[in-house]
Amino acid sequence: MNQQAAVSDVPVTPSPLTPRRTSKRWLIAATIITAIVALPVFSIAWLAFFPDENIWPHLLETTLPRYVWTTLLLMAGISVITLSIGLATAWAVTMCEFPGRKLFEWALLLPFAVPAYVIAYVYTDLLQYAGPVQGALRDWFGWQSARDYWFPEIRSLWGATLMLGLVLYPYVYLLARAAFLEQSPSLFAVSRSLGHSALSTFFRVVLPIARPAVAVGLSLVLMEALNDFGTVDYFAVHTLTAGLFDTWMNLGNLGGAAQIAMVMLTFVVVLVTLERYSRRRQKQYAGRDSRAPIQRFVISRPRQWICVAVCAAPILLGFVVPAVVLGHYALIYFEQSWTSDFLNNAANSLILSTSAALTTLVIGLILAYSRRLHDTRPMRTLMRLSSLGYAMPGAVLAVGVIVPLAAFDNQIDAWMRDSFGISTGLLLSGTGFALVFAYTVRFLAVSAGSLESGLQKITPSMDMAARSLGRSTTATLLQVHLPMLRGTILTAALVVFVDCMKELPATLILRPFNFDTLATYVYQYASDEMLGISALPALIIVVAGIVPIILMSRSIGSARAYSQQ
Amino acid sequence: MKMKLAAAITACAVTLAPLPAAASGEVNIYSYRQEFLLKPLLDAFTEETGIKTNVVFARQGLAERLEREGRNSPADVVMTVDISRISDLVDRDLTAALDNETLEKNIPENLRHPEGKWFGLTTRGRMIFTSLDRVEEGAITTYEELADPKWEGRICTRSGKHPYNIALISSMIAHHGAEEAEKWLQGLKDNLARKPQGGDRDQIKAIAEGVCDVAIGNSYYYGIMLQDEEQRPVAEQVRIVFPNSDDRGTHINISGIALTRSAPNRDNAIALMEYLSSAEAQQIYARANNEFPGNPNVPPTGIVAEWDELNPDTLPLQTIAEHSPEAVRMVDRVDYDR
Repeated sequence: MNQQAAVSDVPVTPSPLTPRRTSKRWLIAATIITAIVALPVFSIAWLAFFPDENIWPHLLETTLPRYVWTTLLLMAGISVITLSIGLATAWAVTMCEFPGRKLFEWALLLPFAVPAYVIAYVYTDLLQYAGPVQGALRDWFGWQSARDYWFPEIRSLWGATLMLGLVLYPYVYLLARAAFLEQSPSLFAVSRSLGHSALSTFFRVVLPIARPAVAVGLSLVLMEALNDFGTVDYFAVHTLTAGLFDTWMNLGNLGGAAQIAMVMLTFVVVLVTLERYSRRRQKQYAGRDSRAPIQRFVISRPRQWICVAVCAAPILLGFVVPAVVLGHYALIYFEQSWTSDFLNNAANSLILSTSAALTTLVIGLILAYSRRLHDTRPMRTLMRLSSLGYAMPGAVLAVGVIVPLAAFDNQIDAWMRDSFGISTGLLLSGTGFALVFAYTVRFLAVSAGSLESGLQKITPSMDMAARSLGRSTTATLLQVHLPMLRGTILTAALVVFVDCMKELPATLILRPFNFDTLATYVYQYASDEMLGISALPALIIVVAGIVPIILMSRSIGSARAYSQQ
Repeated sequence: MKMKLAAAITACAVTLAPLPAAASGEVNIYSYRQEFLLKPLLDAFTEETGIKTNVVFARQGLAERLEREGRNSPADVVMTVDISRISDLVDRDLTAALDNETLEKNIPENLRHPEGKWFGLTTRGRMIFTSLDRVEEGAITTYEELADPKWEGRICTRSGKHPYNIALISSMIAHHGAEEAEKWLQGLKDNLARKPQGGDRDQIKAIAEGVCDVAIGNSYYYGIMLQDEEQRPVAEQVRIVFPNSDDRGTHINISGIALTRSAPNRDNAIALMEYLSSAEAQQIYARANNEFPGNPNVPPTGIVAEWDELNPDTLPLQTIAEHSPEAVRMVDRVDYDR
C-alpha cells in the first residue's frame, strides 16, 4: 500500500535516496512505532466522540471567544520574545567574538532548566505587594498602601507571556545555534563579497537556511505555551487550556475536554503545516566545505558590549534571579525541607529522564531516517502523527496513556484468568514503564523534529556515495549520518532530558505508589503556597538540569571541532 | 539492536518502580490531597495497626485512572478535598456502598453519602475575612451581603471556578434558587476590587495590602497563616467572620474518603476509614490542617478552638454536588473571572 503511494506521490523530486530492496524494513519500523506512539492521542480523539453533553453552545455564548483571543495573544507575544532572544543570542555567540562568548554559549541554556511554574512563583513572590521590590519602592516614596500607587500586575497576560518566553527561548536558541554552526561559512562570505551587509546577509542568507530548524524550535515553544496550565492558571490568564480543564474538572465532562484538546491539536497541526507548506519548494543541503572553520567577526568595543548585554539579560532574568530567590528560601527553610527523600527523588528523576531521552532519541532517529529514505506523503504523515503527543496538555495526554495501557493490562489479565486461572493484574499501568512511555509520546516531537531537520541538511550525495560503496541503509546511518549528526543528536537528547526532569502533570497522574520525582515533590508544596519549603527541591531540579546542559553544550561546540579534524 | 536497547532501558525503569502489592498489610490510597498533609495521620495509623499505607497524589486524572484500571485497580480508597471530586467518583460508579456501624456512629448524616459511598472526615468553613481597620465588626455577617452595593470595589476572591467557590455558589443555588443566586453572583462580581486571582491566602494578603477590605476564604488558610511566623503579621490585620451563623449556618465543605469498588485490600481500607473517623485520628487530622473535625464528639483543637463556634449549614453536601454544573455555568455567564 505504501509502495503504491510512494510511486504516485513523488511530485517534486523523485527521491534519489529510496533504496529499492531494503526499503521495507525502515518503513515497517516507522509504521509500528508511530502506531504505538500515537495511541494516546487517538485515545483522546476517541474520547472526544463521547461527551457527557454538548459543551459548545455554552462555551461559544460565554467564554470561548475570549479564551481563543487570549491564547492567540499569548502565543504571538511568546513568539516575539523567544524569536528575538533566541536568534539574536544564537547569532552573537556563533558568529561574533566578544568577552565571555564561550561562557554565554552554554549559560544561555540555563533558563531552560527552570520549570515555568517555578519561575512564575518566584516572580510573583518578588513583584507582589509584600515582595521586596514594591516594599523598597514604598519605603523610598513613603507610600502607605496599594491604593497610593500603580505597579504593573505580574499576574496577567503580559506576565505569563514574559515568564514563558524567558524559559522557552532556549528551544529557539539551541536549534538556531545548531543550524548556524552547521552552515557553511563560505555562503556568508559569498554574500558579503556580493555587497550585502552583515545584517542583510543574516536575513537573506543565514536565516532562510536556518529556517527549518528555527521553525522546529518555535513550534516546540508554541506547543509548550499552548499546553501550559501551571503558569496561566496561577496568573489567572484564561487560555483554551484553562477552558479545557474547566470542562474536565468542574463540569466532569471528559469527552468535552477531549474535544477542546482536539481543537487545539488541529490548530497546532494547521500552524505547522502552513509553515511547511510555505517552504515546500525549498531544499537545502550543506555544501562539502561546511567543515571550514567559522571565521568570527571582529567587532568594535561598543558592539562587543552590546553583545554581552544582549546575552546577559535573558540569563539574568531567566536564571540568575530565580536561582537567587530559590537559594535564599532554600537557606531559610533548609531545616524543614531537607529530608532523606531527596536522593531518592533525584534518582527517580534522573533515571526516568535518561531512559526517556534515550528512547526518544532512538525512536526519533528511526523515524527521521525512514522519512529521509522515503520522502513520501504516507511517511510524512507518519512523522506528523508520531509528534502529536507534544501538542496536548500533559494531564490530558496522561489520560490518553492510561486508556490503552489499562485496556492492554486488563485484556491480558482476562485472558490469563480464562486460560490459566491466574490473574496478572496491571502489568504496565502505574509503573515506570507508563511514565517513560508518556514522556516518549510527549517529547518525541522534540527529538524527531530536530533529527529530521538535521538530516535534511546532509546532502543526498552522501547517501548515494555510501550506498554505491556497498553500505546498507543501516550502515549508512551508523557510519555516515550519525557522526555528522553528533551535535544535533546531543541537542535533541539534552532537550528531552531537561524537559523530562521538569515534566509534572503526566508524572503526577501516572506514577506508582509512594513515588516522587523532584518535580512532583516541588509541586506538592508549591501548590499549597509553600514556596519556602519547595525552594530547595526546585533548586535541585535547576541544578540537575545545569550539569547535562554544560556537558552537552560543550559537546555540541566540539562536534564541529571534531568534524573539522 | 537499537530497539532492544530501548526496550532494555524501559525494562530497567519498570523494575525500579515498586509494584503496588495486593498483599496483606497494606492499603493503597489515591489522594487529591498532598501526601505531606496526610502523612502524620497515616503514620499514626500504621503505628496502631501495622498496616502500611501507599499513596499517589494528583490533582487531576485519578478518577480516570481508577475507572480505566477497572477491577484490577490497586487503589483501595480515594481521598479528596472537596465534595465535587468525590461525588464525581460516585457518579461514575467507582465507589462501593459501605454499611459500617463505626463510620455511621462517628460521622453525622449530612457529612456522608446516604448509601455510604463516601464519608466526610473533616470540614472547613467558607469564611468572610474583613479588614480590622477599615471594616467595623458586624458590618457583614452573611454571604448575601457580599452582593450589597456598599462593598463596591472592596471585595477580593480567588477564581469563581475554583471548587471551593463553586461549592459556595451551589449552596446559594440550593437555598435561593438559580435566578436569585445568579443575581447575587452578579452583585458580588460587581463589588470585586480586582480580577479574581491567586489562592485564598492571597485574598487575605490583599486586605493587608489595602487592595480590598473584604475577602472570601477557607478557614484553615487563616489558621495556617497565623501559625507561620512570616505570614502572621498579615493574618493579624484581618478578622474572621463566620457567615450566616445566626440563620442557616456557615457553608462548609469536606475532605472525604471513599472505598473503591475494586479495592483489593478491602478490610484494611475499612480499617483505615474507621480509624480516620475515630476521636484520636480526628484530633490529629483537624489539628494538622486547622480544620473542624467531622466527628461531632471531637472538639476543635489548636487555633481553631479559639475562634467562634462553627454553626454549619446542614444542607446535605450531596445537594451541593448536584448543583455544581449549574454553578460553573453561572460563573461563565456573569463572566466572574474577567
